[in-house]
Amino acid sequence: MSLLEVRALSKEFGGLRALDGVSFTAGEGEILGIIGPNGAGKTTIFNLISGVYPPSNGEMSFQGESILRLKPHQISRLGIGRTFQIVRPFQNLDVETNVLVAFGHRYYPSLWKSSAPFRQPGILREVQTLIERAGLRPYTKQLAKNLPLGFKKRLEIARALALRPRLLLLDEPSAGLRFEESAQLMELIRQVLDEGIGVLLIEHNMHVVMDLCKRIVVLDHGSKIAEGSPEEIRSNSLVIQAYLGKET
Amino acid sequence: MISGYLITILITIVIYAMLAHSLNIITGHAGQISLGHASFFGIGAYTSAMLYTEAGFPFWISVPMAAVAAGIVGALLGIPCLRVRDDFLAITTMGINFVVEAIFLYLPFFGGAMGIGGINLPRWFGREMTKPEYLILILVVFGLLLLLDRRMGRSWIGLAWASIREDEQAAGAMGVDVVRFKVLAFILGSAIAGLAGGFYAHFLTFIMPQNFGFGQSIVILSMVVFGGIGSRWGPIVGAIILGVLPEVSRPIMEYRILLYGILLLGMMRFQPGGLLGPESILPRILRRSVYGLRGQG
Repeated sequence: MSLLEVRALSKEFGGLRALDGVSFTAGEGEILGIIGPNGAGKTTIFNLISGVYPPSNGEMSFQGESILRLKPHQISRLGIGRTFQIVRPFQNLDVETNVLVAFGHRYYPSLWKSSAPFRQPGILREVQTLIERAGLRPYTKQLAKNLPLGFKKRLEIARALALRPRLLLLDEPSAGLRFEESAQLMELIRQVLDEGIGVLLIEHNMHVVMDLCKRIVVLDHGSKIAEGSPEEIRSNSLVIQAYLGKET
Repeated sequence: MISGYLITILITIVIYAMLAHSLNIITGHAGQISLGHASFFGIGAYTSAMLYTEAGFPFWISVPMAAVAAGIVGALLGIPCLRVRDDFLAITTMGINFVVEAIFLYLPFFGGAMGIGGINLPRWFGREMTKPEYLILILVVFGLLLLLDRRMGRSWIGLAWASIREDEQAAGAMGVDVVRFKVLAFILGSAIAGLAGGFYAHFLTFIMPQNFGFGQSIVILSMVVFGGIGSRWGPIVGAIILGVLPEVSRPIMEYRILLYGILLLGMMRFQPGGLLGPESILPRILRRSVYGLRGQG
């Protein structure tokens, strides 16, 4: 059974068709790359899956159950974590507290449980482990807004991992990063995959995509124009056309 | 013996501190601006006054009921407010304040412009409470509320509020039920404002709609912002300073509003985080002087 199944998904904003009948599946522990030129509808897909807005048409299911009408908090509690294209850490909270917020997903459903103190030794240890994995140990007590971009992106991943997700949606994790920062991030993504967590990866950096992904979906103007292995994608004429334009 | 005048001012300040504290839950903790907080203060005051004068309930029932009524109305009004954010929320809450004030003013049921009189201080041990005793009573209640606030701040609820304040969309993606926690903040903040209203009505013995208008909402918000939005003690310090100010500036009566305005302007220019806010100069100075003393000793 596939982890995530998206069928004929469409989204219109007013008269603009941002996404037009896109279908794909993602399996357990698999990393699926989603690429395409700017405005192709990549981030729209993430916002639909994570429940930011509802689709105009189509079907989405996670672990065999429809997530069509669920709110963001319900979807994240099911085990879909995400990061944002423009990073959105909780800027005025420190690194530890940022991760703690996500640990609360087990407590938020009940008001009674939510009134318990959040500083519990067991949880703080788990938080430390995640912070360490993201390489942020020395910055545990730093406010998120004071971190450089690469660290903020790793913090977002650590925060999403605190949800104990089965699927992670990563929106351009390497954008704006220096080569070394991007390499560290790829290492973190590989570790995540080793744990059997599925990943959907939106990425403009072709080195990263071709290196990490076994399967890639290509979007252009809201439609899927190709799907296949990196080799197939690289030689696909439609893809080359979408990126470089038609030969005249 | 403390003079009656001083007791009156102290009670007023504690009630304002309670109001500033309750608005701080909504605006400081959960990050939702409200320009209509005085309406819940008014709903509490009117509930308590009506139950006491019309239905004959004692103070000990009418005041808790004031909190319950304000909390329920806070929940009902909080739900439509959830659809709007920031500046739209500010306008919506302001509108609510005008509507609530108009209802008190134009419905004969609520006494109209004449207000409601004949509300008394509570009775205990077979006699009416004295003003100093009343002061102690509301101080004890306020102390309990502050303990509750500390507990909330250290709980997952406080964390959920902080995440909503920082970034609603990211909070949702972390499993925080944004709607539920926002409504919770509205309920709690409104209920405490209602409680303050009950205490206020029984202390003044006479209330009228003008006490709960938009101007009052701005006074409460000024206290929160002046003292340091989001901090536990800031709004209380704000309530004390802005509450004492009109009294000590009595000799320069004509310039009181001017002084008030200058203080707020200066604050926004030099200490936008408030007196006890996160980037404030005051805690730093205090810390330095404490360490300095220790260093010499």
